[in-house]
Amino acid sequence: MKRILVLAGLLLAASGASAAFDVAQLMADLARNKGGKARFVETRTIALLDKPVVATGEMTYTAPDRLEKKTLTPKAETLLLERNMLSIEREKQKLTINLGNQPEALAFVDSIRGTLAGDRAALERSYGLHLAGTPDKWTLTLLPSDTRIAALLQRIVVSGNRDRIRTIEYVQADGDRSLLTLEPIAGR
Amino acid sequence: MRTGAVRTLLLWLLAMLAGAAVVWNSRFSADMTFFLPADPSPEQRVLVDQLKEGLVSRLLMVAVAGGDPVGRAAASRQLAARLADGPDFVSVQNGDSAGQGADRDLLVAHRYQLSPAVNSERFSSAGLRAAIGDSIDRLASPAGLAFKPLLARDPTGELYVLVAGFDGGQQPNVREGVWASRDGERTLLLLQTRALGSDTDGQEAAISRVRNEFAALAEPGLTLQVSGPGLFAVKARATIKDEITRLSLISTLGIVVLLLFAYRSPRLVVLGLLPVASGALAGIVAVSLAYGTVFGITVGFGTALIGEAVDYSIYYFLQSGRDGAAAWRARFWPTIRLGVATSVCGFGALLFSGFPGLAQLGLYGIAGLVVAAFVTRFALRQLAPEDLAIHDMEPLGRRLAGRLAALHRLRWPALALAVAATGLIAARHDAMWTGNLSVLSTVSAADADVDMALRADLAAPDSRYFVVVRGNDPDAALAAAERAGRVLDGLVTSGDIGGYDSPARFLPSAEAQAARRASLPDAATLRARLHEALADLPLRPERLEPFIADVEAARRQAPLAREALAGSGLALAVDALLLPAAQGWSVLLPLRPAGGERGVAIDPQPVRAALAAGGADGALFVDLKAEFDSLYGDYLGEALHLSLAGLAAIALLLAVTLRSARRLAAVMLPLLAAVVIVVAGLHLAGVTLHLLHLVGMLLIVAVGSNYALFFDRAAQGKGLDPATLASMLVANLTTVVGFGTLALSTVPVLNAIGVTVGPGALLAMLLAAVFVPRGTTQ
Repeated sequence: MKRILVLAGLLLAASGASAAFDVAQLMADLARNKGGKARFVETRTIALLDKPVVATGEMTYTAPDRLEKKTLTPKAETLLLERNMLSIEREKQKLTINLGNQPEALAFVDSIRGTLAGDRAALERSYGLHLAGTPDKWTLTLLPSDTRIAALLQRIVVSGNRDRIRTIEYVQADGDRSLLTLEPIAGR
Repeated sequence: MRTGAVRTLLLWLLAMLAGAAVVWNSRFSADMTFFLPADPSPEQRVLVDQLKEGLVSRLLMVAVAGGDPVGRAAASRQLAARLADGPDFVSVQNGDSAGQGADRDLLVAHRYQLSPAVNSERFSSAGLRAAIGDSIDRLASPAGLAFKPLLARDPTGELYVLVAGFDGGQQPNVREGVWASRDGERTLLLLQTRALGSDTDGQEAAISRVRNEFAALAEPGLTLQVSGPGLFAVKARATIKDEITRLSLISTLGIVVLLLFAYRSPRLVVLGLLPVASGALAGIVAVSLAYGTVFGITVGFGTALIGEAVDYSIYYFLQSGRDGAAAWRARFWPTIRLGVATSVCGFGALLFSGFPGLAQLGLYGIAGLVVAAFVTRFALRQLAPEDLAIHDMEPLGRRLAGRLAALHRLRWPALALAVAATGLIAARHDAMWTGNLSVLSTVSAADADVDMALRADLAAPDSRYFVVVRGNDPDAALAAAERAGRVLDGLVTSGDIGGYDSPARFLPSAEAQAARRASLPDAATLRARLHEALADLPLRPERLEPFIADVEAARRQAPLAREALAGSGLALAVDALLLPAAQGWSVLLPLRPAGGERGVAIDPQPVRAALAAGGADGALFVDLKAEFDSLYGDYLGEALHLSLAGLAAIALLLAVTLRSARRLAAVMLPLLAAVVIVVAGLHLAGVTLHLLHLVGMLLIVAVGSNYALFFDRAAQGKGLDPATLASMLVANLTTVVGFGTLALSTVPVLNAIGVTVGPGALLAMLLAAVFVPRGTTQ
């Protein structure tokens, strides 16, 4: 009986949440955001290293599929994602990677691009989506459904308010993690 | 039969059998070699090698379309697996990442011998600090993320150095884990055949293997597309085979009908074709013995020569009818002999061409005509019946003689036409000619489009720019490639080129490997330096024991040899670029254009200057497209000189024989008029003229002179009896049918000769008749 009550409570909570705020609602909010520029701080925690590696820079998104990540410290690097081509410019070298070849990078790209664009179908191709919180303070957890990606990535946690993404955290399969914090610059 | 006849027949049969034996053992080819220079410059040699046996000539591109992406990807994997299992292909690639692990393992295992960054400076405390610091920084980027699992073994990032060096070129699109076209609607495979590009049989076998394996997949809704140089060669050969059959049939049929009309005797028709068959066989035998390989186009050209070679027997039968063979030899043979000699002069000029196709046509023409004339002169009399029951051609001849007087009135209009044609040619000269070897190619526009699309989708190397270096052995060649590579590195930095590939990246010279091994410190030294280097980095030295162990192992590692790469993608890259040459070995370093605002072309000047200044001794920069384009210009210039030389030889021969400027002018005028009128006519008909039209112009003079000479003979008071006139008409018509048939060909080389010489021969005869002095025929 107690168990049934708990279950009913959970059901109620779930249905109540979905009426107010669900993945579809969040995706619709995110899709409305046509782009903008943000400062980022990325903190990578790697088991082999004694302290996290911190990178900072600017990120520019133009809907639906152009994302530029310009790292300023510790080393200048420009990462440009256009459709499925990822080009990385670094130390005078330009590397163009076709993401179809790189499941690891594709997982990375799909998560961030799909979230930015509010493209639920793209996200659900590779991840199971779990939403918590309210429109003003939401947390979307992406759990890889493809075993190849799961071998590399435990989960991705995106948090934000309304159509703005505040943090993206990647937790890799080996426990190493990176936390990306975004601060809008202007024009949003 | 008389004993003489039997002996002649036996001798003839014996000669034919010997000829047939040679032909049976001849190698026939329909590949690009027809167009490639016989005596190439060093730059052209690179082009020739690439087109005949290089990597480029052995690539087959395959596309699978239809169905859904998952089905296509599955088909791509199955097809790749089936094709890889067997001897036809050296490599089968479809972008499936499953096979890339082995290559990566090889790179990791040999990274300290392979990485160009390895030197003693890099393994000093400061060098280690910088390299490891960079690797840690890279961890902050997705570019470095893939290298994270190796950090403890490879903290200096040698694998990153290697991989960053290899990439840079564009890569095909990927869908469902395998290569796909830009629009994603087709999966793509890139095959490298074991057969050389010049081995058309091997290419055909490889292509049908692809088609058969695809058919065996039995996937409904999926379609297959194949393209590549091998396919073009196979198709060209099929086209030429088909045309030889079709055109010889048409030409022989037309000539047989003409001869039946003239002789009204099937027996004489057969006898009349004996010299022709002998000539055609002799042509192939001569080419086979002289060049080793007979081009299909040369055999196709035989179609036209049938029409001219049959002339001699026509003269014999129609002219010797009344007075017998001995009188014919006395009266007509000198004129016919001179005609054969002028034709030989024309074809002989082609013998000196550096364009192997032309030289073969020349030799074929000479051997064919001389043997046909010889058989007519010496054997036909023996084989022909004593009582030549020739249909009386005199009534036709008399009617023609009547018309001749009327033709005479056309001399001024004809002259005016020739002058107008000359004026047109002078005015439009630049717009009439095209300057590209590809006009001679048999590749259809549709096939070329498919090829372009697949090449773009696969980002297949168009391999236009190369630096070529040589060495006495593979290792010396690789060392030369490393020296040239250092110059090219500078050009990459300056932005003159976008990048380059080198087999030395996967297989460095022994010297370079030894130098890299020697720069590695021993374990104790390395440990001490790491302590110093890592003082202010977030990485403790204790964690890098795997690195120290790997470096220690690398110091004792055996040099990386070609055998160690066997079966890997790296071996493919090495074998494609490190090639045995005529003397020693040569290495090809394909260059990539800088792209972007620097464009997709490479300016040869800075590259050549840097190679010369950088001590890359003997390194040769080659732009294959420019070589290919200039090849045609070279051929055209040469053909112009040879045509003029041939014309001069004919004029000289006639001048010496005729011993009269007036007679020489009378023979040459109609021939030159025919040439200018035909050329002007072709231009007005919208034909863009090329090299082979130029050769056709020479042949108009060489072939047309035979008919003009008969009129010259008549003008000398030797008379032009009706039978002779009729024989000239029949002989001319067979020649026009023979060459005219080539105009039906879709092979540009044959078509151009056909449309030029066919009308030209007819016009030469007509104009000779127009310009003949009044009263000659009486």
